[in-house]
Amino acid sequence: MEALVASAIGVMTAAGIYLILRLRTFPVVLGMAMLSYAVNVFLFATGRLAVNMPPILDHLGEATPGYTDPIPQALVLTAIVISFGMTAVVVMLSLGAFIEAGNDRIDLGDEESES
Amino acid sequence: MNHWIIAPVVLPAFLAPLIVLWMRYDLRTQRIFSVAGMVALLAVTIKLMVDASSGAPEVYRLGNWEAPFGIVLVLDRLSALMLVLNAALGLAVVLYALGSGWDRRGWHFHSLMQFQMMGINGAFLTGDAFNLFVFFEVLLIASYGLMIHSGGEARLKAGVQYVVYNLAGSTLFLFALGTIYSVTGSLSMADLAQKVAVMPAAETGLIRVGAILLMLVFAVKAALVPLQFWLPATYVNAPGPVAALFAIMTKVGVYAIVRVYTLVFPEGGTIGGLASEVLMPAALLSLVIGMVGVLGARDLGRLVAYSVIGSVGTMMLAFAQFDQAATGAGLYYMVHSTFAAAALFLVADLAKERRGAPGLALIPAPPIAANGLIASMFFAGAIAMAGVPPLAGFLGKLMILDGTRGQWLIWVTILVTSLIAIVGFSRAGSIVFWKAYATGGDRAPVPEAPSQGLAFTAAGGLLAVLAALTVFAGPASHWLQGTAAQIHHPQAYIDAVMEGAAERAANATSGHDDHDADEAAHEGGDAPPAAQSETGH
Repeated sequence: MEALVASAIGVMTAAGIYLILRLRTFPVVLGMAMLSYAVNVFLFATGRLAVNMPPILDHLGEATPGYTDPIPQALVLTAIVISFGMTAVVVMLSLGAFIEAGNDRIDLGDEESES
Repeated sequence: MNHWIIAPVVLPAFLAPLIVLWMRYDLRTQRIFSVAGMVALLAVTIKLMVDASSGAPEVYRLGNWEAPFGIVLVLDRLSALMLVLNAALGLAVVLYALGSGWDRRGWHFHSLMQFQMMGINGAFLTGDAFNLFVFFEVLLIASYGLMIHSGGEARLKAGVQYVVYNLAGSTLFLFALGTIYSVTGSLSMADLAQKVAVMPAAETGLIRVGAILLMLVFAVKAALVPLQFWLPATYVNAPGPVAALFAIMTKVGVYAIVRVYTLVFPEGGTIGGLASEVLMPAALLSLVIGMVGVLGARDLGRLVAYSVIGSVGTMMLAFAQFDQAATGAGLYYMVHSTFAAAALFLVADLAKERRGAPGLALIPAPPIAANGLIASMFFAGAIAMAGVPPLAGFLGKLMILDGTRGQWLIWVTILVTSLIAIVGFSRAGSIVFWKAYATGGDRAPVPEAPSQGLAFTAAGGLLAVLAALTVFAGPASHWLQGTAAQIHHPQAYIDAVMEGAAERAANATSGHDDHDADEAAHEGGDAPPAAQSETGH
């Protein structure tokens, strides 16, 4: 399972990086989404992978089989909320730039020297 | 507990929604509340600075949860200094935005400013690495809004680049935090410092990766070469007052580097000299590329943006020594260069408003209204930024040279780049302000603005702070040396945060039987046994 999770993170990160290096806003937004998925899975795995374990210790039950670390779950929740909000911002901003400029190129081109 | 510590976060956090929801269509009330909020923030931060100077770091436990489980805010001299810097800059920027009419060219300028203040203050105060990430996001999302304030094609396109670059940086931040958490099982900076310090040398591979990933994130924020590409286009296309406010944004990255690499990963500790080995070449390159950029810039805004990169390089040279005297010098230069860069951005905006069509391009155009006054303000700012006597930039560079005595490469780079900067600034200033008289054209009309006087006062006020920093250089650098001493003795910080944690851990484990201890070991995952026993007794 470790190999599966690790390679999933790797593939998503690679795809994300490839996409954010594109010159159009649409693939870049997709790439950002990919990267945030990758990092969310990665964060989830930082507390070690444990299947079918509760995130809370049960003192009443005798012989607890173990538990999964709850902190990464809290971290990943925060990260999901933030990355969702950020994706919304970047979509709105790209739309604004597309409407103003009439194209969705992400580079500044020649107008860079003017301000 | 000193409840004032949370005020710099709570005050703007209340004001911002109030401005958005209650006084949405009433710019006048917005302005009154915004200025009043900034003045109150400045007063609170100065009070905190006085509190912090008296001694040990003070801790504010959010929700009264004990460290290392709860999030703490920590007020020490370094964070107090950064808070005052931020509040003073924020006040000047709001006043300038009022005076020049920037705040009515788009929506929600004042509430975004308050959110920005909240994020920056939080980042300076927090003692938890993940909370630092959250406050980074707060300040970034406010800065996205400010960056595209009043819209326009070039600004929106530059805004998209800025957002994408910073989102990639945030993702990297999460990867770094995940790596660090997976090794240590903690994200509280004081707890991390204790755990990292006792790691056996053979098992530090992953934590080094985490440390360097974190360094990359902070270098993106601080615009260190080779991660500076976002800065010039952003600062040039942002509205003038926003660019001035962004002068503190690079310092957030610098602050984070200083904080994390003296507290969690100190020089010569578990990660060895890794931090200074990475920072030193990056700082030298930033200095060279920044100052060459000043010389090569084709417009005034870009010139100031490159001078920001150069100044970050200069202060990182001092901080990368990880030595008390050099850190004190670096702090002095940081205070100075923040105000100098902000003043220059405001002066550049004053000139841009008056020049009309040529914008800030370095081409002769008919003289602008108040040419003499703006030219002399630019002159003062340029002197400060290039580090020529008599202003504080000279003293700051002198202190940094003193702190890096014997390192010839640093001396040569700082001195040569200063010369390049002087040439660059004088070339730009003479083309924009002097050659204007040779064109023989009519004076450009005075732009319409609510209060020119207020705009000039705000920009002049920042220059006055620079003058004050020069006059009171003795007491200021004495205080900053005290700050550097506190930074380089992080044990006081760790003790303040972790107060009583060891006893509580001992009480908790003695109350239960053995299988709890097994689980405690399980919780730590890969953390070495030494770390467990350290926190366990």
